[in-house]
Amino acid sequence: MKSDLPASDKAASLQVERVSAPSAFSGFLRAVAAIIWKDLAAELRSRELLSAMLIFALLVILIFSFALDLDARTRGTVTSGVLWVTFAFAGTLGLSRSMATEKDRGCLDGLLLAPVDRSAIYFGKAIGNLVFMLIVEAIVLPIYSILFGVNLFNLGVLLIVLLGSIGYAAVGTMLSAMAVQTRTRDVLLPILLFPLAIPVLIPAVKATEGFLTGAEMANIWPSINLLLAYDVIFIAVAFMLFDYVVEE
Amino acid sequence: MDTKPRLLTILDIITGVLFAIAVGMVFFYAPLEATMGEVQRVFYFHVSSAWVGSLGFAVALVAGILYLVKGDRKWDVVEVAAVEISLVFFFITIASGYIWSALAWHMTVWQAMEPRLATAAIVELVYAAYMLLRQGIEDPDRRARFGAIYVILGFVTVPLTFLSIRLLRSIHPVLFGPGSPNAQGDMAMTSEMYTTFFFSLFVFSVLFVDLLWHRIRLGRLASQVEQLRLKVTH
Repeated sequence: MKSDLPASDKAASLQVERVSAPSAFSGFLRAVAAIIWKDLAAELRSRELLSAMLIFALLVILIFSFALDLDARTRGTVTSGVLWVTFAFAGTLGLSRSMATEKDRGCLDGLLLAPVDRSAIYFGKAIGNLVFMLIVEAIVLPIYSILFGVNLFNLGVLLIVLLGSIGYAAVGTMLSAMAVQTRTRDVLLPILLFPLAIPVLIPAVKATEGFLTGAEMANIWPSINLLLAYDVIFIAVAFMLFDYVVEE
Repeated sequence: MDTKPRLLTILDIITGVLFAIAVGMVFFYAPLEATMGEVQRVFYFHVSSAWVGSLGFAVALVAGILYLVKGDRKWDVVEVAAVEISLVFFFITIASGYIWSALAWHMTVWQAMEPRLATAAIVELVYAAYMLLRQGIEDPDRRARFGAIYVILGFVTVPLTFLSIRLLRSIHPVLFGPGSPNAQGDMAMTSEMYTTFFFSLFVFSVLFVDLLWHRIRLGRLASQVEQLRLKVTH
């Protein structure tokens, strides 16, 4: 017990704890994990975000099936595009709602007061948003497969869905943190996000289509490389700029 | 507003004169192109507009980074000015580009989705989003910060967007006719054409500086007005 130690030993042990470098990083990780846990726990109880995203995604797919009058043949070529537009729209919903509840309940201010690196907040929120997107996608993919008879249980497709969602969530979290501080909030996020998300959507659609039609890997690699490049670049840029988004 | 500097008035006159000369050169000095005829003359101002648009974007990026690093509001004024000018000139580029494709190669807008032109169109959308973002924020500091961040994010997107669209086009090759847009670089140019071309680039650069200066002055006035308004209403 620390209280049993003589004063000098206590000071020395305290000093060692504060100075060692690994604990700073693990503090960072703990902060990120805490934020993710908070979001997931809150969502588990109310399920309002996930249900909204899910129902919206299914509605979008329904509208597409009527609007495009998908017969068996065209479905094959159009599936990839329909899926990604659905994910983009549902993702936008999740991103803006997630940040909005944060701001409205004063949680954001609370997080900012906590003695953690601002970027921990970014990573925590971004990973939380990513998890929500992935959950919705995990439900939409089988439903789409069953409804339209297109086999989406393709490892390649799942990989692309993951990579694309990572990039989308990375940029989306950054932009929703900005949009939530403006007057026009929910309306503004899609306007800000979609132009910047084009380098995710185009390769994602191309690669998904490639995997679904059984194209050669040589044709699909460029898309995967672009997705990886986008993910890495934007996570790095967001990490550098997030401080400026939340500073007061 | 501070009195208009003498130098700016001189620059205005010089710009006007140079522009008149450039127009004259495009119509009378440059020869008629063999395959495309009169329509080809658009090329001189189309490329020059694209050049000014890109220049504006680069200036906006530098100004944005400088604002975030230094916090001096004057960089924000420069950034907005550069974005607005770039917005206009990219629009001219896109419009002239599509008109050129339609007339020279009889292509619809969709068929003419050439990577550079499509990227310019997306940059235009980034600017529109930028304007909307700024409009939605009342606090000048926050507006400047977010503007700078969005410009930086937008700039990073550009090369990735260009590569994505090129990817799109390469997998589904559209059957172009002879002298397709992608053969732009292959257009054989005589020396008169080169002269006209480089002179146009030069004139448009001067025009850019002139417009930027004017717009910065306007921006400074606007920010002074805003500061007064904030003082009065608080």
